[in-house]
Amino acid sequence: MDKGAYDVATSSTVIDTNDTIAKRWRRATEEPAWIRVTLITISLIFVALFLLLPLSVVLYGAFEQGISVWYDAIRDPDAMSAIRLTLLIVAIVVPLNTLFGVAAAWAIAKFEFRGKPILISLIDMPFAISPVVVGLIFVILFGSQGWLGPWLSAHDLRIIFAVPGIVIVIAFGTLPFIARELIPLMQQQGKEEEEASLTLGANGWQTFWHVTLPNIKWGLIYGVILCNARAMGEFGAVAVVSGRIRGETNTMPLHIEVLYNEYMFTAAFAVSSLLTGLALVTIAIKSVVEWQEERQQRLAAA
Amino acid sequence: MAATLVKRRVIPGFGLTMGFTLLYMGLVFFIPVGAFLLYTTTMSWDTFWSAITQRQVVASYKLSFGGSLIAATINLVFGALLAWVLVRYRFPGKRLIDALVDLPFALPTAVAGIALVTLYASTGWVGQYLDVFGIRVAYTQLGVVIALTYIGLPFVVRTVQPVLEDLEAELEEASASLGADRLTTIRRVIFPALFPALLTGYALAFARALGEYGSVVFISGNIPFRTEITPLLIVAKTEQYDYHGAAAIGTVMLVAAFMMLLLINGLQWWTSRRHG
Repeated sequence: MDKGAYDVATSSTVIDTNDTIAKRWRRATEEPAWIRVTLITISLIFVALFLLLPLSVVLYGAFEQGISVWYDAIRDPDAMSAIRLTLLIVAIVVPLNTLFGVAAAWAIAKFEFRGKPILISLIDMPFAISPVVVGLIFVILFGSQGWLGPWLSAHDLRIIFAVPGIVIVIAFGTLPFIARELIPLMQQQGKEEEEASLTLGANGWQTFWHVTLPNIKWGLIYGVILCNARAMGEFGAVAVVSGRIRGETNTMPLHIEVLYNEYMFTAAFAVSSLLTGLALVTIAIKSVVEWQEERQQRLAAA
Repeated sequence: MAATLVKRRVIPGFGLTMGFTLLYMGLVFFIPVGAFLLYTTTMSWDTFWSAITQRQVVASYKLSFGGSLIAATINLVFGALLAWVLVRYRFPGKRLIDALVDLPFALPTAVAGIALVTLYASTGWVGQYLDVFGIRVAYTQLGVVIALTYIGLPFVVRTVQPVLEDLEAELEEASASLGADRLTTIRRVIFPALFPALLTGYALAFARALGEYGSVVFISGNIPFRTEITPLLIVAKTEQYDYHGAAAIGTVMLVAAFMMLLLINGLQWWTSRRHG
């Protein structure tokens, strides 16, 4: 931006007045240096206070007493069972939501139908609903005093205060993430490439695997990893439906809460550090994806 | 005409993908939400009304709505500033900060919660200095606002940033060459272009803050009538098997969320129409 303004000034003026005119141009489309420095400083203070300090306090708290204390906190049986349960849940939820995201994006991006904007808004909706309301919805449906409670207990099935309840609230809460990532991407890419592939004789699956998937690869990877991070970290909805049974229905975030409430701060931060690492990986992958997209755009433009 | 017929048939899989989309959303989303709303309608109006107007509940609305408004406003100011600085200026560490903006979105809320209360407790890294000035954050309404600001931080930045990037330099140059000073250009050219995006980001940050639970409950201390947010009361009532009370308050929150979503969709439509 500033470079562009400078170019205009230099190319259209006599050489010995270059500097003054360039300066005048910069004054007109840029802020003075002291304002720039002030704005950058305020932003950096805000970022340090709200982003860097919370991140540092987690990592400091986790490793303050050395790596062996950290390791012991992770190897604690309750922590291990929380980690195992969390991994089991994402192993169910993430593939389901991936399938949903790809299917929804395919239907929305490759076809025209009535009510499309409404469907897109509906996909966004779980994101706007409070996680505790999500939990409550399923307690009302499957809880002991809920709609299906009596039928479920008659058949000896447990959903609330058990793993299926946790799986379904997390599936609900993370429903939009992959779809939201893929829909705009696939809409932007259009359908010419798929049509070409099909016209050349490939079938639908071949076209999807060899044409569509390579095109949406990076967006899909980011969507999956974001969905995974949010699924592992889901707290409010799980707090309502899990019943917090130690070693049974405690996921990692619930275990962090239990440890914190029992004043086992180092252990709480140790388990937190795992999820924090995952969050950092998630935003790193997002940066890589954006960098890839920029590169592709530059290549396309060249 | 024949061409359109053929064209429509070229890409397969509409029935399969649309069918799966609707089936999955139906099972996970539509049926449960529908059943929940149906459950609320089985309550008598008096039960519903008295549940949502209990004094403790009303106090929690004031904190949840008021706190979310303040937090979204803080995010509006600092989010716009951050977006501006990230798009317009060059400084060391810019890429890193740009990436870090998404941290509140990716970090589990429970982790954010214990991190914030540890920072702002009267012995914490930040809290001990605020304590000198008699400012208490942990276990006060100020703490709730801090947590809500934290989780809403990415939204204004991420809605304003792309609009600012697409803003044409020619407009500012034209404004400047017509004699406007920098402040006038910002006020009359840049601000109107950013306005819909600012409003969208504000609404998103507000909606997110309104329903937030995990990052708030640690720092708030959950003192009745003072630092209880509405989602906390829903959890408390569910744990006491007061399903009617919980469902009534949950319905209020659900309706608020629907209304926010409608507003956000309207705003996004407005934004895309102005920049489309």
